[in-house]
Amino acid sequence: MKDLAHLDLGRIKSMARKELLHILRDRTTLFFALFIPIIQLTILGFAIDTNVRHVRTMVYDQARTQESRVLLQRFQNSEDFKIVGEVFTDDTLAEALVSGQARVGIKIPANYSRQIAAGQTAQVLILVDGSESSVAAEAVNVGNAIALQESLAHLLQGQPVPVDSRPRVLFNPDTRSPNFFIPGLMVVLSQAMAIMLSSISIVREKERGTLEQLFMTPVRAGEVILGKMVPYLGLTVIEFLWILLLMRFLFLVPIHGNVLTLLAIAIPFLLTMLGLGLWISTRVQTRDAAVQMAMGTVIPSIFLSGYMFPTDSMPAPFWIISQLIPTTWMVDASRGVILRGAGWAELGQNAVILWIMAVLALTVSAKRFRKQLT
Amino acid sequence: MDLEWGYAERMSVDLVPSPAISTVLDVCEATVQFGRFTAVDHVSFAVERGEIFGLLGPNGSGKTTLIRALCGLLPFTEGSAQVLVHDAGREAESTRARIGYISQKFSLYEDLTAQENMDFYAGIYGLPQVEALARKAELTALVGLGPYLNRWAGRLSSGWKQRLALACALLHRPDLVFLDEPTAGIDPVARRDLWDLLFQLAAEGVTLFVTTHYMDEAERCARVGYLLNSRLLAVGTPDELKQWPGVTPPGTRRFEFIASRVASVLERLRLHPAVHQATIFGLAVRALIDQDVPPSELGIDLQREGIQVFAAEPSLEDVFVALSRASGERKE
Repeated sequence: MKDLAHLDLGRIKSMARKELLHILRDRTTLFFALFIPIIQLTILGFAIDTNVRHVRTMVYDQARTQESRVLLQRFQNSEDFKIVGEVFTDDTLAEALVSGQARVGIKIPANYSRQIAAGQTAQVLILVDGSESSVAAEAVNVGNAIALQESLAHLLQGQPVPVDSRPRVLFNPDTRSPNFFIPGLMVVLSQAMAIMLSSISIVREKERGTLEQLFMTPVRAGEVILGKMVPYLGLTVIEFLWILLLMRFLFLVPIHGNVLTLLAIAIPFLLTMLGLGLWISTRVQTRDAAVQMAMGTVIPSIFLSGYMFPTDSMPAPFWIISQLIPTTWMVDASRGVILRGAGWAELGQNAVILWIMAVLALTVSAKRFRKQLT
Repeated sequence: MDLEWGYAERMSVDLVPSPAISTVLDVCEATVQFGRFTAVDHVSFAVERGEIFGLLGPNGSGKTTLIRALCGLLPFTEGSAQVLVHDAGREAESTRARIGYISQKFSLYEDLTAQENMDFYAGIYGLPQVEALARKAELTALVGLGPYLNRWAGRLSSGWKQRLALACALLHRPDLVFLDEPTAGIDPVARRDLWDLLFQLAAEGVTLFVTTHYMDEAERCARVGYLLNSRLLAVGTPDELKQWPGVTPPGTRRFEFIASRVASVLERLRLHPAVHQATIFGLAVRALIDQDVPPSELGIDLQREGIQVFAAEPSLEDVFVALSRASGERKE
């Protein structure tokens, strides 16, 4: 802390002005910073739909009765299944699944209607391709539900159903994928940007020898770091806002909370990532190595931050790791503000944790940077 | 590329070094080791204010390492160095405000204009705005950079890059400037201009510590040190070094044979037992010969081949060759 008092504001300003010129001159980086989010958003926003619908289904109806046709109609009506064809042997049914022609096979035995009429349990075989777990889980659930409904209909003979559950999906009633993905994607994209920019900005000076020239002047490590962080923080905040704009007006994701709250939480997060980039820059000598290491840090945060898979269902050791990843707290805050309309009362904790992480990341890497200097 | 220096616009630069210091560099048994490798081995020398001190030595002899250690970027594992009366290691921050440094490789920002590079360094050295403006104008005129101020530094020719580097290194009126092979890779005209500039600076009291490969540059230095295999073999004025007995051992003389077919002359001279060293120097062969053998008795018909013979003084190159040999023999 006593070092902070010795920092010269004029030198920090000179450093920041120079860094800003680098940013403005490097058109390629600037272009990619603004353009890549559009591509990624388009892919994730339009192409990917995590909701399972219209699963290709092959039917082998041995019974060919009115009841069997009613059952198949229920599958079709659920919208989860789409009957793509009919086969007439067990082998061809199996073949349809192996070849990927269908993901689900439904076999209704010849005695289906007779068994129902006799008050016995009629069995329907549903084969599910497990190679895509989300599809499989959905098919199994919906298949069971349809069978249960069908059973109840027969048992109750027209009487009302005793319990009727009516689930309501809050915050994202249409279960639109962009609403779920983009608030997280925004975090991951600006994270990659922050790490990449700050690590490259120092490694580039190492590569070109300008850092050594700088070390021959009275400038202090802290001044170099702060001077570099200011314009890069600015740039990543602009990137963050840019994605936010695209999300709101191009992908029509409604924002239920206060954007300023989100921004206030994003600042310590981005500082943490800039610190991480700085730390990377002290460990590598070339830009290629810096980019590789930066990507290396982005990948675990994509998978363990809850951006893709919920952290709650992770085994304990992974859950602990997920809580140590800054991205986890930012993704949570981003979805909180945008989807749930959460405010400081709910997200104050996230902000505190991210500020602690930011201070930690910046001091540790500043120390390493200074050590390298001498 | 316009190589005119613009002598007319060149102005005298008001450089006021701290008057009390007379010994700018005082290096005592300085040693730098990287693991088991010794890059600088017990080196001692001193440099006085306003001197141009030349450090010669082949690649890898430790010149750059020595400069980096003197600037406090590397610690001395043994010995010590006083730079502008401050300890090179412990008080590096105090010295850095008073020294300038020009590295071997161009180390300014290539995507910034010459002007922006100067602005940046003026800010880093904490020059007050008014002074910075005056100083930049002064140095721009001194190095003749005027027409190129708005050009990206990366797009300047190597000679202009070097002038820009010099301007940036002089912004804060340093007492001492380290120049690590400043003329490597620049054309002869730019090289001579740079040296004119260095003399001018030295006359104004700036001490210059220059490393170089070029013997003619070494001749221009007030004093020269020769670094080989991490050891400083000799320090002195070029004349002092030439007087060293090892260069012209007792009982030998140095002659210059001016001939049209130097290669053939060299070949035959080398075969003669009285010839100790022979080397081609432009259109001449320089040879070190036993004193009692006249040049006419070396098995070459001087008259018929039209060869002229002159007595020759040793050059600095002769000195360094002799030093290197002596050092090699001592090792064996």
